[in-house]
Amino acid sequence: MRNAFLIARRELEAYFISPIAYVVTAAMLVVLGYFFSVILFVTRQASLRPLFGGSALIVLLFVLPLLTMRLLAEEQRSGTIELLVTAPVRDGEIILGKYLASLAFYLLMLVPTLYYPVVLEVFGRPDWGPILTTYLGIILLGGSLLGVGTLASALTSNQIVAAVLGVGMALLLWLIPSLAGFVSGPLADVLQYLGLSSHIADFAKGIIDTRHVVYHLSVIAASLFLATRILETRRWR
Amino acid sequence: MITVRGLTKYYGSLPAIQDVSFDVAAGEVLGFLGPNAAGKTTTMRILTGYMPPSGGKAVVAGYDVVEHSLEARRHIGYLPESVALYPEMSVRAYLEFMAALRGVGPARRRKQRVDEVMARCQVAHMADRPIGKLSRGYRQRVGLAQALVHDPKVLILDEPTVGLDPAQIIEVRDLIRELGRDHTIILSTHILSEVEHVCQRVMIIHEGRIVAEDTRDRLRARLKGGELLYVEIAGAPSEEITVGLLSLPHVQDVRPLGDNAYQVTCTLGSDIRAGLAQFVVQKGWQLLELRRERISLEEIFLQLTSDEPRPDQAPAGR
Repeated sequence: MRNAFLIARRELEAYFISPIAYVVTAAMLVVLGYFFSVILFVTRQASLRPLFGGSALIVLLFVLPLLTMRLLAEEQRSGTIELLVTAPVRDGEIILGKYLASLAFYLLMLVPTLYYPVVLEVFGRPDWGPILTTYLGIILLGGSLLGVGTLASALTSNQIVAAVLGVGMALLLWLIPSLAGFVSGPLADVLQYLGLSSHIADFAKGIIDTRHVVYHLSVIAASLFLATRILETRRWR
Repeated sequence: MITVRGLTKYYGSLPAIQDVSFDVAAGEVLGFLGPNAAGKTTTMRILTGYMPPSGGKAVVAGYDVVEHSLEARRHIGYLPESVALYPEMSVRAYLEFMAALRGVGPARRRKQRVDEVMARCQVAHMADRPIGKLSRGYRQRVGLAQALVHDPKVLILDEPTVGLDPAQIIEVRDLIRELGRDHTIILSTHILSEVEHVCQRVMIIHEGRIVAEDTRDRLRARLKGGELLYVEIAGAPSEEITVGLLSLPHVQDVRPLGDNAYQVTCTLGSDIRAGLAQFVVQKGWQLLELRRERISLEEIFLQLTSDEPRPDQAPAGR
């Protein structure tokens, strides 16, 4: 596990040098900030629920795969993967390390958004419980999206393809519940459960439902497991 | 230290290497010679754990490269052909990262080791420069440093001097020769003189198979078929000289090369230079030059990797 942290640290340092990371952060903050302001004016409520419980989160679906697109694709393109893979490091440690770096950077990206609750506190009396659970939900949602993005990056040696694939897979996961309207019975419930969009709203309401937590952790685990397998099979070619 | 038996690798249905077998003893420097796409890189990638073989087995430092890949990798320092390094990292940062990844620690020891290895590979003055800004030659040296930083028993170097200028090539070669004293090294190249200078044993691979393997000198002797002499004799028409030379004992063939020059082939193991000189003087001719010709590694290489059958060819040893 030490190796995973070593790789994570290196990758995180690389994030700070890459322009993409800053562009992505700026884009996310601009969009979220815009929604935050507009929603505040319209609802006049000291609550983050309309912002984070709603469709503003779509911005994460587009932005987070851009953060992960480089993780494996660039190494596979430039050949640096060869020295990583021939080091005494397990494939799983490589994937985990890179994922953790993207997660750490995501958490740093969220820090500026803390001014939203600060603004609410200064001008109103927000409920802090829901605000905290909302952030937990955002972090878990981000974790899932970053997992999917990491998997996308492992599948290709082209960063653009990795980004597009990541966004595509994220959208798919997000939109699955909308298919539930076309079917009935247990299948509809399954489709509802599988969708990312079903597992965020409750957090904004102040509820920590362990089903949602399990869902996100499962998505993360499944993505990283698949990504590790993909890395292994690339060797076989 | 390294044992390889029947190593085979298919890319899809194309065989990249077939039935490759060889041994490398501890402290030996083995030269891996072959034209492009012969299978050198594939073999090295299997030994370093980058990919598993389709068949056969390989054991490095006592560990099977497939069953105990992690342990085997710990004992190997690898310089891949592409020398791909992270361009945004400084030399020192990169070497410290690789050292940590390979288990060199604690932090103080790691720093010390990185300094040592940078000095040895002469990149110390570039320590804080980002790798992306270095010339090819320096990047190669950083790559070599990375392979050495954990002081592995085995070094696997894929074309370590490609892209370097002549001065750098000499430096790297000297470094490898020095390292050969206490490391086991496999070095691949298509620069034949490199093998000449650095390696004790040579293995020639062609189209995925080993076509020759022996010590440098024995390989030369095996392929000669005879001793070759180069003479320049003036003072008589060339037919007369040719006939005269043919009359000498142990001479198998005389070939006039023009300009008073002749190539004389004698039986293996004979040295007729003294007798030939005396003969020329007795005949009243002028002996302008007399020297032994060694068949170069180049010729061995070309002979073994050309597709034409040669009259003296027995299946060259596997």
